[in-house]
Amino acid sequence: MTDDNDASIPKEPAVSHDESGRAVATRDGEHALPERFENPGLPPHVHRQGDHDEAAAKRSERQVAALFTISMLATVLFVVAYAMIGKDDDVTLPILGKVHALNVALGVTLAFSLLGIGLGAIHWAKTLMSDEEVVEERHTLRSDDEARAGAIKVLTDGAESAQINRRPLIKYTLGGALGLFAIPLGLQLVGGLGPFKGDVNDLRTTLWDTGVPVLGANGKPEMKNGKVVTRPRRLMRDPEGTAIRLSDVTLGSVFHVLPEGINNTPEPSNEKVKAAVILISLQENKIKSARERDWGLDGVVAFSKICTHVGCSVGLYEQTTHHLLCPCHQSTFDVTEDCKVIFGPAKRPLPQLKIEVDDDGYLYAPHGFEQPVGPSFWERG
Amino acid sequence: MSEQTKARSTADALRTDDKTDSPAGDGGPVGAIANWVDERTGAAKGVRFLLKKVFPDHWSFMLGEIAMYSLVILLISGTFLTFWFVPSMGETTYTGSYVPLKGVDMSQAFASTVKISMDVKGGLLIRQIHHWSALIFVVSIALHMFRVFFTGAFRKPREINWIIGLLLAMLAMVEGFIGYSLPDDLLSGTGIRAMQGFILSIPIIGTYISYILFGGGFPGQDIIPRFFTIHVLLLPAVLVGLFTAHIILVMVHKHTQYPGPGRTNKNVVGFPMMPVYAAKAGGFFFVVFGITALIAGLVSINPIWMYGPYEPTMITAGSQPDWYMGFADGALRLLPGFLEFNLFGKTWSFNVMIGAILMIPILWTVMGLYPFIEKWVTGDNEEHHLLDRPRNRPTRTGLGMAAITFYGILFAACGNDIIAIKFHLSIDDITETFRVALIVAPIVVFWVVKRLCLSLQRYDRDLVLHGRESGRLVRTSKGRFFEAHEALGDYDRWRLVSFDSPEPIGLPPATDEHGVRRKGARKDRLRARLSHYYFKDRVEPVTPMELAAAHHDGHAAEAIESHPDEAESGHMHGGAEEIGAAHAYGHPTPHDKQD
Repeated sequence: MTDDNDASIPKEPAVSHDESGRAVATRDGEHALPERFENPGLPPHVHRQGDHDEAAAKRSERQVAALFTISMLATVLFVVAYAMIGKDDDVTLPILGKVHALNVALGVTLAFSLLGIGLGAIHWAKTLMSDEEVVEERHTLRSDDEARAGAIKVLTDGAESAQINRRPLIKYTLGGALGLFAIPLGLQLVGGLGPFKGDVNDLRTTLWDTGVPVLGANGKPEMKNGKVVTRPRRLMRDPEGTAIRLSDVTLGSVFHVLPEGINNTPEPSNEKVKAAVILISLQENKIKSARERDWGLDGVVAFSKICTHVGCSVGLYEQTTHHLLCPCHQSTFDVTEDCKVIFGPAKRPLPQLKIEVDDDGYLYAPHGFEQPVGPSFWERG
Repeated sequence: MSEQTKARSTADALRTDDKTDSPAGDGGPVGAIANWVDERTGAAKGVRFLLKKVFPDHWSFMLGEIAMYSLVILLISGTFLTFWFVPSMGETTYTGSYVPLKGVDMSQAFASTVKISMDVKGGLLIRQIHHWSALIFVVSIALHMFRVFFTGAFRKPREINWIIGLLLAMLAMVEGFIGYSLPDDLLSGTGIRAMQGFILSIPIIGTYISYILFGGGFPGQDIIPRFFTIHVLLLPAVLVGLFTAHIILVMVHKHTQYPGPGRTNKNVVGFPMMPVYAAKAGGFFFVVFGITALIAGLVSINPIWMYGPYEPTMITAGSQPDWYMGFADGALRLLPGFLEFNLFGKTWSFNVMIGAILMIPILWTVMGLYPFIEKWVTGDNEEHHLLDRPRNRPTRTGLGMAAITFYGILFAACGNDIIAIKFHLSIDDITETFRVALIVAPIVVFWVVKRLCLSLQRYDRDLVLHGRESGRLVRTSKGRFFEAHEALGDYDRWRLVSFDSPEPIGLPPATDEHGVRRKGARKDRLRARLSHYYFKDRVEPVTPMELAAAHHDGHAAEAIESHPDEAESGHMHGGAEEIGAAHAYGHPTPHDKQD
């Protein structure tokens, strides 16, 4: 039993059994067996075919050279493709379908030009370069005590020579100066990036709060008591910019709406991002909220199109359920009940815009939204 | 005079002693140039140090390399793009060759991006290489981070590099977000709009930050030029600086290696930089670049001409950010609206703030602290250069997989609308399911992974103790059958038994020898508790004595494996005790004949 000619199996200790039948190695075997296995050291090196066989090495050489040659050919093809293929040419390929011919040709040739070099170099390293593993020793990163003491001595000697500890006045004023010197630079940068609007009025108002000038017969704004006479803004189709008659709004239709005159403002984009409205027509008896019916006209209602979550356009209207869905984070608003949130991360309903019909039959907003539109902000309250 | 000469020669001693093998002047023109440079810079010393440097070989070490090369590709292709891109929000009317956009009003940023894609020859390829390599950059950083975490490469002395790596990962994501916002197309403009919503949710200073960043109201005229400066100047400088520090620290620490025969905590076994790694790693750069170019040539990415220019009132269905921002967007989709409320006359939008503002800093802080927590729990102050096999650290592996699960669910939640459409499911149900799964799944995954690790460790023990199943059935003289097992060789066995299995730290007495409450007793109790949590379930590596015992007696070997009930069944070695151990292990000896 103790005969064991396999060197990988350690010599057997004396083994006995305790009461529970478990094997217990007796302690007198201890000198023969270490606590843990010992690292057997690097396994013997296994040579590759090419290390002995010159024919195999030659084959590798040719493979590497072939890969480098493919790279050169691909580079030439890249130049040819660049010169020959027009930038508007399309080509139909399997799987990919219709693609931009120049882009595919340049991409593929560039890829082979690069892959030829890369794969060639790697193949060279793997088949011909020495694969004998090299051992490098590591050393503890910690500096020895002498070096540490030396570093500390240099620092203390330097501090001593500078007399920094003996002259606290210098120490504290230097600290103060270094602590403050970045303020002018920071102030200039942050101050210049503004403008600050402390009252955030900009976030509370929209273009619907203001009117458009009433034009007189001569095409100039009418004046009264030195002030321009204004009337409330009409609802205009986005992007056509045409006014909407109540009769245009057939049952079930949806209009994307912007206030009249938005393109004459200094920054139309900044106004659009707040004033965008969606106009929806539904059966009046479907509307559950009295206020919503009041602010609409015969079941035609207008709501802010800016999501109260983080401000995306609430652009998806489901006609059958009367839900408005925001495609960014799927907040869902119920158009039949004040556009309150019925699902998703938004908290507040979309604000409603009161609409009326003027003498010419066009829809207009007698006043702006009653609350700020769009995402919440700290000062909103 | 002579003293001066002496002093100088001592000062120069380091350099003069450091002659390379081929002295100057012997190498023809190249040698002459090398000599010229070295006499003016002393570069030979550093060159020799670098070229002799040994790197261990393993496929998983490639992941960080992919990140490194992607960064280089990004710098090259990004520089190309700046020659045509116009970072301006000034209005222009499109007059280029892409017919569907003719006459459309757009910003110069968008118009110039369409021009790069349509009218600059090969411009689309460079744009797509830039975008694809940005995606590959972040993927490879994430995978590299997983490798470092699960193998314990973040342990002393590499904690600083772990933190630098985390900063790099975060900056890469921010850089990517800002980069894909630059074309000012409808999709990315919606992203910036949402970002402004995020900023507004910050208490007290949110509105100020928004006004400062956008130069007034949203969108204004400033955001694209400012993003451009951040994207091409500020963040690349920081990224390249941190990346350089990351690599220098790798050089200083010398690369970690997986445990194996001949590999110790005191050495590095591998191939030298010159010539093997120069060829392999240099070649790999070309491979990464080549594959990126191939993808960019064949697969379209971010076709902004199809989205159209940003228009504040428009939106596309299925608005999703680039993949690496997906988890934050997913968090926003899962957070319920009731987290927003008014208090003290101010609005607190936790439904936005948690996902968009707080989550990334919190997650990154937890990840940054992890090495220090584990070190404290383990109570171990040694340098570690040998990597762990993930199974040998069941609790860490479980925690890591739980974190990945958490991340994965947030990421999937970012596609809740797509999932709803593709699988015809209700988006409400999907979102609710994800909300529950976000809490439950990581716990389940932790438990399952930890158990799997322990099972794998027991499997390793089994393999060491009983060897491999040889498929050779042996019939004993008493008519019993058993399958002969082949013992593992020294080298194979070493891989399975060389790990350390830390034990839970015991609780030191709460009072000192005078019976007075010791300072820090509470801290010790927490530490002992955590340590118990980490290491209570442990499988120890096989010791030589256990192996010897297993060879001596098949039944006994079962018993050692803490299955006392099965001691009699002897399912592994049924009947092995009837014949010689050597025979049972597949090495017939003359001794067998006596059986």
